[in-house]
Amino acid sequence: MLIELKNITKEYDNGGVVTKVLKGISLSVKEGEFLAIMGPSGSGKSTLMHIIGFLDRATSGTYLFDNEDIKDFNDDELAYIRNERIGFVFQSFNLLARTSVLDNVILPLTYSKKKDHINLATKALEAVGLGNRLSFLSNQISGGQKQRVAIARALVCDPKVIFADEPTGNLDSKSGNTVMYILGRLNNEGRTIILVTHDRNVAEHANRIITIKDGEIISDEHNLNSRKSQMIEDDQDIELK
Amino acid sequence: MRILFKNINVEIKNLISRKARSFLTILGIIIGVSGVIVIISLGAGAQALVLGQITKLGTNIIGILPGKSDETGPPAAIFGVQIKTLVEADVEAIRNKTRVPHAIDIVSVVRGNVTITSGDQSIDTTFTATDGSYVRVQNVEMDHGVFFSDEEGRAAANVIVLGYDVAEQLFPNGGELGEIVKLKNNSNSFGSIPFRVIGVQEKLGTIAFQNQDDQVFIPFKIGQRQILGIDYMQFVRIRTDTPENVKTTIIDIEGVLREQHRIKNVADDDFVVRDLADAIKILTNITDALRMFLGLMAGISLIVGGIGIMNIMLVTVSERTREIGLRKALGATSHQIRNQFLLEAVILTGVGGIFGIIIGIMISYLIALGARYAGYDWSFVISPLAIILAVFVSSLTGIIFGLFPAMKAAKLNPIDALRYE
Repeated sequence: MLIELKNITKEYDNGGVVTKVLKGISLSVKEGEFLAIMGPSGSGKSTLMHIIGFLDRATSGTYLFDNEDIKDFNDDELAYIRNERIGFVFQSFNLLARTSVLDNVILPLTYSKKKDHINLATKALEAVGLGNRLSFLSNQISGGQKQRVAIARALVCDPKVIFADEPTGNLDSKSGNTVMYILGRLNNEGRTIILVTHDRNVAEHANRIITIKDGEIISDEHNLNSRKSQMIEDDQDIELK
Repeated sequence: MRILFKNINVEIKNLISRKARSFLTILGIIIGVSGVIVIISLGAGAQALVLGQITKLGTNIIGILPGKSDETGPPAAIFGVQIKTLVEADVEAIRNKTRVPHAIDIVSVVRGNVTITSGDQSIDTTFTATDGSYVRVQNVEMDHGVFFSDEEGRAAANVIVLGYDVAEQLFPNGGELGEIVKLKNNSNSFGSIPFRVIGVQEKLGTIAFQNQDDQVFIPFKIGQRQILGIDYMQFVRIRTDTPENVKTTIIDIEGVLREQHRIKNVADDDFVVRDLADAIKILTNITDALRMFLGLMAGISLIVGGIGIMNIMLVTVSERTREIGLRKALGATSHQIRNQFLLEAVILTGVGGIFGIIIGIMISYLIALGARYAGYDWSFVISPLAIILAVFVSSLTGIIFGLFPAMKAAKLNPIDALRYE
């Protein structure tokens, strides 16, 4: 099992008022799954993803990543996992301003032990169809292209899992489709994808959909008619080149 | 360390993309560092200049000034206070070979302002009334003609030696030797006194901020009695046979003067006897204190520059909170974030320091050129110590004032930083 959560809770203490955001989440994710976490805003789905993605720590419960309890990891080891074993894609892209597309993708490599940064970053950008935009500045490209740069950045350290937090939230439907298509293809190549969204249409791309409400899992279903497979079969007007 | 160097490129790109802000940030450091260098350089140059001129006079010269003074400070007479306690009888007593055996030349000096007239040419200048042996005590060199002899001096003959500029102004066509000039003191009602020109001093230029060519020399008694109308002397200079005998001669002279003035207690001395070593010590003390003070002022501006850097770095940290969160999400450790911001601060101060050194050296050099052009024998001194000090202080400023914002950045929780609006 790649990810195993047992009774995870998260509480925020705002000046004596304790808010319970997650109320005992238990969840297992196998390697190679395409999982969507769905729920209305305020349901705790983002908090859950931050905890699974090592950006935040749970208040209580056990989290095993690759069969290791992350309680035993210090901050530097968590930074290493964030760098080498997982990748993030955010709703608001979070690219460095006034910095070239290539340098943005190189950024995680500067924190890793990997060599040949330019070559690795170029390959990652080619994989998302931006091989011809390397020297563009991050503010000179469209929103869809920005998100593809962000995917290349998440991909460049060759992680096992890619976390995507509302990756299409700031995009029009066409660019959004392209982004989902790329994520689907990455999943077909064997990478685990964990997607957070409030949008049923976006969640439909996944093979498994978990719904969260008020900090609890209310449904966990397999999605047999994943739009991912349809899209890749049709290769419907996706322009990656 | 490896990460540190790998990131220098990225950091420099980062700083260049914020040119205007980076420049304004380091301006304080540039001014501070160049200030330190200029001040230390000028201080060293001026000190060397003044001390060099004093040492040129020779090390076997003793000066007697009327009036009391403490050990290290300058005597009151220097500030223009007229003290009348040093008189002819004192000098006669010092001339007694059994009391002061090592004194070779003893010259009394008074100085004042006069108008000197030749035909219809008339200029204002300074006169020095002294004895014939002044020429040996002060190493006076003649351009042409002679200085007056001891006999002419004692006889108060009406002879005069002109400074180079005075001769040139009164006698633009030369031929001044043997001519008669008239001296008049405008501050009393004594009449004009005629003098025969017997010599012209060699051109000296400006020493210790005074034009040494704008003066004349006349025998002591005439200057003292007939031009100034006084019966005391402003100072006395004595040359000893060897520099080794300077200290004993000072003690001899002090004994004579105490007896002359009936002083029983050393604390009641109404005179000061000093040699050049004392004068050099005093001057060095004064100039050192000045240099320290000015250097300190420039140092304060470095601290102000450092605070400027801290200010900008703090703004940068809060502006780039999201970026910090992102970097942490992509795998940066707290150390790497701290080092990144520290590196930025150090690069900023380092670049400021380098510019400051270059500008400081350039300004010092220009001032040295200007001073030489103005006739001073100025040496362009850049002390390596000043450069090391400036570099050390500016990089220290960078580290100290960069550390706080860097720690602040490193401590940020990745998810809080990412959520920051």
